[in-house]
Amino acid sequence: MTAQTITATEQGDRRTTELVLIVFALLLAVAAYAAVGLGHNDRVPASLLFYGAGLAVLVVAAHFAIRRYAPYADPVFLPLAAALNGLGLVLIHRLDLASSKHDNAPLQLVWTMFGVAVFIGVLVVVRDHRVLQRYTYTAGLLGLVLLALPALIPARFSTVNGARIWIRVGGLSFQPGEAAKLALMVFFAGYLVAKRDVLALASRRVAGIDLPRGRDLGPVLLAWAASLLVLVVEKDLGTSLLFFGIFISMLYVATERRSWLLIGLGLFAAGAFFAYHTFGHVRDRVDIWLHPFNYAQGQGYQLVQAMYGMSFGRLFGSGLGQGRPDIVPYANSDFIISTVGEELGLAGLMAVLMVFLLIVMRGIRAALAVRDSFGKLLAAGLAFAIGLQVFVVVGGVTRLIPLTGLTTPFLSYGGSSLLAEWAIIALLVRISDAGRRPEAVPQTASPDDALTQVVRR
Amino acid sequence: MNPPLRRVAMALLLMFGALFANATWLQVVNAGDLRTKQGNTRVLLNQYEHQRGPIVAGNVIVARSVATKDRLKYLRVYPQGEEYAPITGYYSVTLGFSGIERQENSILSGSDDRLFVRRLSDLVTGRTPRGGTVKLTVNPKAQDAAWDGLQGKVGAVVALDPRTGAVLAMASNPSYDPNTLSSHNARAVTTASTRLNTDRRKPRLNRAIEETYPPGSTFKVVTAAAALESGKYTPDTVIPAPTQLSLPQTNRKLKNFGGEVCSGSGKMPLKDALRISCNTAFAALGLRLGADALQATAERFGFGRAPLELDRAAASVFPSNLNPPQTAQSAIGQFDVRVTPMQMALVAAGVANNGVVMKPYLVKELQGPDLAPLSLTEPKVLSRAMDAPAASALTSMMVNVVNNGTGTAARISGVTVAGKTGTAQHAAGAAPHAWFIAFAPAQNPVVAVAVLIEDGGNLNREATGGRVAAPIARAVIEAVLGR
Repeated sequence: MTAQTITATEQGDRRTTELVLIVFALLLAVAAYAAVGLGHNDRVPASLLFYGAGLAVLVVAAHFAIRRYAPYADPVFLPLAAALNGLGLVLIHRLDLASSKHDNAPLQLVWTMFGVAVFIGVLVVVRDHRVLQRYTYTAGLLGLVLLALPALIPARFSTVNGARIWIRVGGLSFQPGEAAKLALMVFFAGYLVAKRDVLALASRRVAGIDLPRGRDLGPVLLAWAASLLVLVVEKDLGTSLLFFGIFISMLYVATERRSWLLIGLGLFAAGAFFAYHTFGHVRDRVDIWLHPFNYAQGQGYQLVQAMYGMSFGRLFGSGLGQGRPDIVPYANSDFIISTVGEELGLAGLMAVLMVFLLIVMRGIRAALAVRDSFGKLLAAGLAFAIGLQVFVVVGGVTRLIPLTGLTTPFLSYGGSSLLAEWAIIALLVRISDAGRRPEAVPQTASPDDALTQVVRR
Repeated sequence: MNPPLRRVAMALLLMFGALFANATWLQVVNAGDLRTKQGNTRVLLNQYEHQRGPIVAGNVIVARSVATKDRLKYLRVYPQGEEYAPITGYYSVTLGFSGIERQENSILSGSDDRLFVRRLSDLVTGRTPRGGTVKLTVNPKAQDAAWDGLQGKVGAVVALDPRTGAVLAMASNPSYDPNTLSSHNARAVTTASTRLNTDRRKPRLNRAIEETYPPGSTFKVVTAAAALESGKYTPDTVIPAPTQLSLPQTNRKLKNFGGEVCSGSGKMPLKDALRISCNTAFAALGLRLGADALQATAERFGFGRAPLELDRAAASVFPSNLNPPQTAQSAIGQFDVRVTPMQMALVAAGVANNGVVMKPYLVKELQGPDLAPLSLTEPKVLSRAMDAPAASALTSMMVNVVNNGTGTAARISGVTVAGKTGTAQHAAGAAPHAWFIAFAPAQNPVVAVAVLIEDGGNLNREATGGRVAAPIARAVIEAVLGR
């Protein structure tokens, strides 16, 4: 593996690369912020300094945390995440300008602060990702509890716009599903590493396909049932789809067996069929997807307006601050990608998708590079989670697939999602650091040596 | 675990590839369709994003845009309201646009190709784009005179410059206030629109060009033109003028207005027949000329097509395949002959302009946002209705109508006015429509007018074109001549 050949100087270069890329990402965000001001009322807003400096301090702090706690990490994760988070702030600020009611950008900056704190915290606390494997079942339980929580508390504390996925206490609201996503991925990775041999090897051959034994189907069916339950009780199509997709992909990576994919797809098809015929809101989503203009004044208004906006964006967009993205309801959360399409055009949308794709592919690369199975599975799951979430939400907004309602990672307004995304990036940074850490470095040189030794089995 | 990882990476690449392809479809390939889709409010918001250019008539602004604090940044206002509504039309959020607002939208909105360079420089210099200016041919004084004359009556006035076809006045009453339809309050617009559409007086109808009426005796000018043009008649040619004309193929008889006797001798010169508007003489003349000759002359004056392209402009009709009784009635503007006031103004203008009918137009000049001229309308010939000597002869006959005949109410001291009255029966028991067409000065005409008053105006059944319509025509002519 290439990691072994990396020397100390290269490691230093890598952090310099990261810093240069961070400067670039910050310049991008600051320029975009200035463009919003110029486009909207012809001057550079005074708050530029506040946002620019705030973002810079946070990202540079994160950078130094990497220098200290994950010195061998892949240098592109943080700059890419910072660019997206910065652009998200700009877009939310831009949508604030269009509406007299909202002032979301300052709050999002506060959430960014917490997000970066979570990022640093994960790096500091989780010195070795394999520690997490010890908490496999704890994480599984925690994930299920978090997932189920909105369904267990009274609906008036948990239902927003029909989806029962919130916990609202006082003026604060939190989507536990985002944290649950993280906990469940740790659980999946730990569980699958433990069971992968039995899941992979024990099989019966039916019609040329190796089928798993009936009793080994248990966990898959359980995940499937849990996903359906989320769909039924919490009416959250997106999360349901996301969890099931992540689980199946991790199962496939763990076992290297295509039969699990086929079983997964079959279960998905059955679940989708069942949901379509049983739940009005699922049927509505599909109908709107197929014939959006029939619902242009009703339930399809949001999608149709987003499509109008993006059609106005064309190749290069109207320019930041010069379009009408605010016509789309909830433009700053689920539909933020339509703002990108309208004001930055196809070019801007492609660039943003490319940033996501880079994060995803770097995540897969970290999975390939890391030596332990748990790290591989966890990194694969985290990367796939980001990729699938982007696919589901962008595909929904651009009418590639039915709309399901998920946040766009890093861009959308919302604290719980941002916190979870920063935690995911922190774990990817941690795993990439492990994968690239040269074996040659003496273990005694590391201050966290003792902890590492305990975990290594 | 690495081989499945690579396959998962491939799957993710495919998913993102699908997103790229779909976004390209949405924002480039299919974007045109979506942009023009009904209900895409962005089109509308874009229209209100920049200041729309004004519409002006002389030194009077008849439509302009004022900045608001709304989501729609500019409000269209019409300072002259009802008076100019048939010309300006309205510019509405919910109803779309009409009139000049519609016709010259590309200039007013600034999207016209002729403004391309300007838009480019706006883009580079950061100057706020604005729409261009539309300058109308309308003479505000003439328009005021026409509008004032129509108050308390239902009808329309059209005044043209016979030399060019420039519309000097076009008024229709009752009218509507375009400000009510251009409000940004959609509910108020709907209410106003519903009220206007259900109003039995049809205030949104531009009677000058969108409605046709029986022309009555004003059509005798066309019949006289056909006669003079044939070369067989001069103003002094003596024609039969019986008290009653027996219509061929029937046992019906055609009488004169009020059963009057045109001439004791039963015949009279053509010019006198026009002066006193003798029905039997013109009906007999029409029979002798034939339906085809009448129709040909009518079409040379512009019948058969809408001469001014604006909104739902109607064509005037001289019917085909007439039998002799119908021909006789049509020759005096009865039966199924239908005309717009605009068409009758063209008849007067054609005679005034040595028989050459100029195409009417409302827009004199288009200017860019910087008031730089973009285009000046070149007058165009619509058709040649008659030769110059015949037109000259007809002019003298029409002067005779105003000086000594039915149109004395249009006399102006010091100016020779040529004209013709019309009193069109259109329904049994209903008051007749009153018509007057005229032009002045007779020897060097600068204005041609047509006035129509529905149902005789306030004179009711006593109405004649001479009493009701001629004074309005005189006021408009005086306004144009600056008297």
